[in-house]
Amino acid sequence: MIEIKGVSHRFGRTRALDDVSLDIGEGEFCALLGPSGCGKTTLLRILAGFETPDVGAVTLDREDLLSVPPHRRPVNLMFQSFALFPHMSVERNVAYGLERERLPRAAIRERVDAVLATVGLTAYARRKPHELSGGQRQRVALARAIVKRPRLLLLDEPLSALDKQVRAEMQLELKRLQHEVGITFLVVTHDQEEAMSLADRIAVMNAGRIEQTDAPVTLYERPRTTFVAGFVGANNLFPGPNGITAVRPERIRIRNRIGGGKGGNDNDGTVEGEGERLTGTVVDVSFHGGTSHLAVRVPGLDRPVLIAVQGPSRVTSGEQVSLSWPPDAAVHIPASIPASTPVSTPASPIEGEEP
Amino acid sequence: MKRWPLTGPGLTYLTVFMVIPLGLVLSYAFLRRGRFGGVVDEPTTENFTRLADPLYADVVLHSTWIAALTTVLALLIGYPTAYVIAGLPRRRQTIALIAVVLPFWTSFLIRVYAWIVLLSGPGWLNKALRAIGLGPVDVLYTDAAVVTGLLYAYLPLMILPLYASLVRLDPQLREAAANLGAGPWTSFRTVTLPLTVPGILTGCLFVFVPSFGNFVIPELLGGGRSVLVGNLIRDQFLKARDWPFGSALALALLAVLMVLLLAQAWAARRYATR
Ligand SMILES: Nc1ncnc2c1ncn2[C@@H]1O[C@H](COP(=O)(O)OP(=O)(O)OP(=O)(O)O)[C@@H](O)[C@H]1O
Ligand SMILES: [Mg+2]
Repeated sequence: MIEIKGVSHRFGRTRALDDVSLDIGEGEFCALLGPSGCGKTTLLRILAGFETPDVGAVTLDREDLLSVPPHRRPVNLMFQSFALFPHMSVERNVAYGLERERLPRAAIRERVDAVLATVGLTAYARRKPHELSGGQRQRVALARAIVKRPRLLLLDEPLSALDKQVRAEMQLELKRLQHEVGITFLVVTHDQEEAMSLADRIAVMNAGRIEQTDAPVTLYERPRTTFVAGFVGANNLFPGPNGITAVRPERIRIRNRIGGGKGGNDNDGTVEGEGERLTGTVVDVSFHGGTSHLAVRVPGLDRPVLIAVQGPSRVTSGEQVSLSWPPDAAVHIPASIPASTPVSTPASPIEGEEP
Repeated sequence: MKRWPLTGPGLTYLTVFMVIPLGLVLSYAFLRRGRFGGVVDEPTTENFTRLADPLYADVVLHSTWIAALTTVLALLIGYPTAYVIAGLPRRRQTIALIAVVLPFWTSFLIRVYAWIVLLSGPGWLNKALRAIGLGPVDVLYTDAAVVTGLLYAYLPLMILPLYASLVRLDPQLREAAANLGAGPWTSFRTVTLPLTVPGILTGCLFVFVPSFGNFVIPELLGGGRSVLVGNLIRDQFLKARDWPFGSALALALLAVLMVLLLAQAWAARRYATR
């Protein structure tokens, strides 16, 4: 339905978006994941019409969207900072978009009441935004965006300020809107679990580029770049001679070295082949209810290896352990993948060029 | 606990420059005039009954009309100006604001005299009119000249508060309005305008108050034909030497302005969002 082709955008010397392409199908729920400052908001603002990209094209139903003025686009954006009208009550804020469509008053009332009920703010309808808590304001912003039932909904961290229970309710509501009303979603979130559970597809962004767009399971199991492997979930990355091997914490088996391979061959810490064993010292054990997380320092590796085990851990801090994983748990990422920019670099400043 | 803000130097200042002069004016208003100016110690209220004389009521009405007209025109010119300035890039905003207040740094009298030159019979206005084939107009020493002068003098006082409230406006609010389907005009009417009402009220007050009590501009550009409250008060003190009646007039002027101030404060609070 919506096609973003080769979009780049700069703010002065900051390259906020760099050759971004993304297709979102009718009724699809697409999540945008990425570190702070990687250009997520900028992409949404381009789709809403508040920024014009330097290059690139955006089409909606194969028709150019960039030439349509913001107020004529069938696209609603929920702002990251909410942008509620401070002089209007909650219900007037929510009704604003419907009033612009010149709907009959009764119809507006009905829809405003319904959406306020779904976000649980019926009792606050008459309040002004400054009389609400942060989470309540966020729900007003969400209500104001979804009440118009646009073709495309752009939500910029819509649930970040909500507690777990309300968040779960709102997630269900978004899924309902997707399935029953057929709205297409592009949602920015920092919560990877949320992205995994809600989205049909996830686009992972880094430094203005989209590194990988895939279904949640594929993204999780088959990261294609070092950045994605490091950013999605908590992969262990082992540098090898021709690329990097990524292994999920829950796939690593841990054995007490005294009980297991006593006197086994010492390992210098590099991974020579899949299914390789490592030995190291447990430096940290933390219990998270259903699982325990262990950090094991392996000589020769910069960062401790993370391991997740079911239930309470049988090994304790300071113990010598050996680690191994089945061959299919290792994901090889060749060094030649072009998009693999260094992890945790914000949008890169461009030297010497002006737009 | 809130501390009373007017202690120390503030209180001294207020006493010397506000309380004592106002107390004097207040007490003079209830005394009889002396034969050669000044006052004599005979309490009376006749200064206030004299205020009801249609002659003086007319002057007050006329002043109100002139000041109101000036205020409305200043708003109509000032709002678009402030809107444009607030929309400029930061650096240019500063330059534009300096341009707005620049006239304040030259002598007020010289600037008013300049208007006499512009508006007089053989002046530039009529030269310009003749150039486009229109007959000469006699503007100088009319109400139109007075309003022009007041407008010119106090327009910056309208533009500055309007600008302040316009730049404070979160640009995302306008984007939100557009995103929800509001065209530029609707967005202005439903978001920008209501949120700048406090600035509008302040600007109107800033223009109305000095226009209402002004006596220099009506004298120079109105040629004494257009008598405003300010002129009347000035004449009572300096020409008629009737200090008590001048004081009563001054108090009446003050009362009107106080009512306006209170109305402005009330309205501003109603529109305040935070
Ligand atoms: N108006 C602007 N002027 C200059 N630079 C900007 C502007 N807006 C964004 N940027 C820069 O562009 C880059 C991308 O910003 P953007 O807001 O899209 O990030 P984001 O991915 O939404 O981050 P976050 O998760 O923190 O909201 C950042 O480096 C930011 O500093
Ligand atoms: Mg953002």
